[in-house]
Amino acid sequence: MWSILRKDLLLELRTREALASLVMLVVLILLTFTFALDPDGARGAAPAVLWVTLIFAGLLGVQRTFLVERESGAWYGLLLAPVDRGAIFAAKLVANLVILAVADVVLTLLLGLVLGVPVPAAPIELLLVNGLGLVGFSALAMRLRARELLLPLLVLPLLVPVVICAVEASRIVLSGGPAASAGVWLRVLATFDVIVTVAGWMLFEQLVLE
Amino acid sequence: MSVVEAESLGKAFGRTRVLRDVTLRVEAGETLVLFGPNGAGKSTLLRLCATIYAPTSGSLRLFGSLEREAGTRRRIGVVSHQSFLYPDLSARENLAFYARLYGLAGPERVAAEWLARVGLAGIGPRPVRAFSRGMEQRLALARALLHAPDLLLLDEPWSALDAAAADLLSDLLVALHAEGRTLVVATHDFERGLAIADRAVILHDGRVAWDATRGELGAVPGAYRRITGAVAA
Repeated sequence: MWSILRKDLLLELRTREALASLVMLVVLILLTFTFALDPDGARGAAPAVLWVTLIFAGLLGVQRTFLVERESGAWYGLLLAPVDRGAIFAAKLVANLVILAVADVVLTLLLGLVLGVPVPAAPIELLLVNGLGLVGFSALAMRLRARELLLPLLVLPLLVPVVICAVEASRIVLSGGPAASAGVWLRVLATFDVIVTVAGWMLFEQLVLE
Repeated sequence: MSVVEAESLGKAFGRTRVLRDVTLRVEAGETLVLFGPNGAGKSTLLRLCATIYAPTSGSLRLFGSLEREAGTRRRIGVVSHQSFLYPDLSARENLAFYARLYGLAGPERVAAEWLARVGLAGIGPRPVRAFSRGMEQRLALARALLHAPDLLLLDEPWSALDAAAADLLSDLLVALHAEGRTLVVATHDFERGLAIADRAVILHDGRVAWDATRGELGAVPGAYRRITGAVAA
């Protein structure tokens, strides 16, 4: 798993393709919201803006994670290797999360700068919400990008719990509410993450075997 | 001992049946060459043997086992029209990456050794993106062989190579055969294919149309013409 993760991060450091396109997308979506909403409305819509942007960026990021292998045929090289195919899933998931985390940091900073969202009183909680949301989202999206057939249409509805929990928890944290009241959403999100990540690990071989 | 044992093997993608009722054995140390027109099922058969595809019907034993676990995959090497290499990594980084995936000790040393064996020692730090097709194919061979596979599957290995590179590849395949490795080669190139073959199989419409023993190899181009209606290359 470490070899694949190391290779993915090395390729990203060298080309910066995924990161550049994600940051551009983040800026573009954020600017669209800024012009479409009045300043007060924009601040109130910050949790929704945050997650709409992260989901679009995440879908693009996951797609790029697989694209590098699809283009060169190296995908088959990975499948042929004597490694647990679940480890391929795990390595791709972590690589994608690292890239998304950078995009997330840029997005959070821009939310403050462009929309005037105040620095959250509980930044650790915001980090936790974003982290848990991204894990759940990526673990699901990884599985659907692995096949690229009609599966996305079937799997995307499964993202609804992630979106609801992440937006609600973000709303509480960004509005300066007590961090404890976001706890229930975080627990649901964490449970969801465990389920989709373990299921992704276990089912990945079946999904990639044609 | 049979390295590959296909019994009534079938593969379909949706409603399209690509392989039908293929029964075939490849013995250890044997070089089997597959001929057939485009769409005959050669690449699909190789991908089934490489454990990339799962059979739709019938059975496929590799090294006597129906399982597709990591231990089986460790004994297989594949050379395809695609190189399975990362264009933005250097030749050395590509080989070292695959050496790590196969759990080989000293991946950097293994990479350097194989670069020298395929005549690319001086250009190891160059990114694969800058390689010619022939250089990339040599590197792909090193990638497929660095873990010393018992079964080597080659899909159109001579395609897009110049004469010198194709000769080099043929020599390497003969040497691998002499080492006792089992080779299954799919090709349209009758001259080069028959030169290294112990046996040849003609696939047509997803079925084994003809299975030629060593003594019948000379008759393969004629049989191919009769079966497919096409002229052998």
